[in-house]
Amino acid sequence: MFRFRLDGSSGVPPYLQLVHQVRQSLLLGYLREGDQLPTVKEVAGDLAINPNTVVKAYRQLEHEGLAAGRPGQGTFIIGTLATPSEWASEALRDSLEKWLRDAAEAGLSDEAVTALIAAVRHDIAQQVEAEHVEAEGRVG
Amino acid sequence: MTLEASVPALRADRLGKQYGHVWGLRDCSFEVPAGSVVGLVGPNGAGKTTLLALTVGLLAPTEGQVAVFGEPSRAQTEGTLARVSYLAQDHPLYRNFTVGDMLRFGRSMNPRWDHALALGRMEALGIPLARKIKALSGGQQAQVALTLALAKRTPLLALDEPVASLDPVARLEFMQDVMAEVADKGLTVIIASHVIAELERLCDWLLVLTGGRLQLSGPLDGLLAGHAVLTVPRQTQDADLPGAVLSRTDSDRHSTVLVAADQAHVAAAWQPGWLSEPAGFEQLVLAYLRRPPVAAPAGRSMVGEGTAR
Repeated sequence: MFRFRLDGSSGVPPYLQLVHQVRQSLLLGYLREGDQLPTVKEVAGDLAINPNTVVKAYRQLEHEGLAAGRPGQGTFIIGTLATPSEWASEALRDSLEKWLRDAAEAGLSDEAVTALIAAVRHDIAQQVEAEHVEAEGRVG
Repeated sequence: MTLEASVPALRADRLGKQYGHVWGLRDCSFEVPAGSVVGLVGPNGAGKTTLLALTVGLLAPTEGQVAVFGEPSRAQTEGTLARVSYLAQDHPLYRNFTVGDMLRFGRSMNPRWDHALALGRMEALGIPLARKIKALSGGQQAQVALTLALAKRTPLLALDEPVASLDPVARLEFMQDVMAEVADKGLTVIIASHVIAELERLCDWLLVLTGGRLQLSGPLDGLLAGHAVLTVPRQTQDADLPGAVLSRTDSDRHSTVLVAADQAHVAAAWQPGWLSEPAGFEQLVLAYLRRPPVAAPAGRSMVGEGTAR
């Protein structure tokens, strides 16, 4: 049976930690289609966490098409996640490799690369959010 | 939806308790739905124990009332005492009783007593019925006290700093059992605690008391969504920030502020160069605990933007 764990000091909300662990185990092949997840009561009692947190995590997994609840039986893994190597097309991989080499040539340390990626990712998220708000404003 | 599901597990209306000239709790109004695990947070002397004692019927209110599943709590009446289990900080047990005597005592005092549950828990925990209470470890005493509370089979369990005296392993085991019961029986639990990091994993509803006043009340998800942490240029005025500013840390060139504003409010006030992050549980609780006690506007407790009403 799959067992969850919880890091109280990570700053990541508990329900997201549970979701991440399922996704990660799917990527690594430790969880497979058809596997049963522990019941809400088992997880709540095991980790000493609010049962509603577990319900929320399972709902999120269902929403992502990774798990499904079967009445009276429990929650089962129904989806798979493509591993990064299958995911990234040759072109995507090649452009990333070229970019990383350029960054190294320009003198960027690993830390600087990580910070730059985080900053750009944040900017993109902000733009998407702003477009979303704008679109909602038009509808409303 | 059935009638029972729509009746709040807890409802306080302008609840107040005066000790001599001093108000231990005043003008406290809130609602909590059934099946919630409520974190009750506040400094010592903020009124947490007073609120719990009023709820379970150990004290009578000076003004207002608190109702448990629709029925107002009345001090020292059997009806109220039978609807609520209360576990005080010092786990009151008769030290010279054996565990078996203690359980039989519980059975004789409570009409809905579930003796099979009590015996099953003692067996699962490996606590011998013939052992005297005073010979048990602190963790085992807490577990016996919890067993007495759970075997009463009440829909509401009130815990006052239940694990304050326990070591980390005993704390975890105690809370594992409480959470399993919540999942299994749909219990509503209210937990007064100073251990904020622990509350984050336990509770889905939050009540913050300071100086006898309710400062914050609502579902945790809603409260978190109703606050944001912004990083802004130092010269930004509070008036230009969305929502009320709860805490502000100024550096030379930038300031980090916790504001009571949801995403839409933040987006509406947005300036280029700002950075917005979701508020964390501990940060939120500490900000409200540090604020000077504010007397709430007449008839209403101060609530955050995210409060569902």
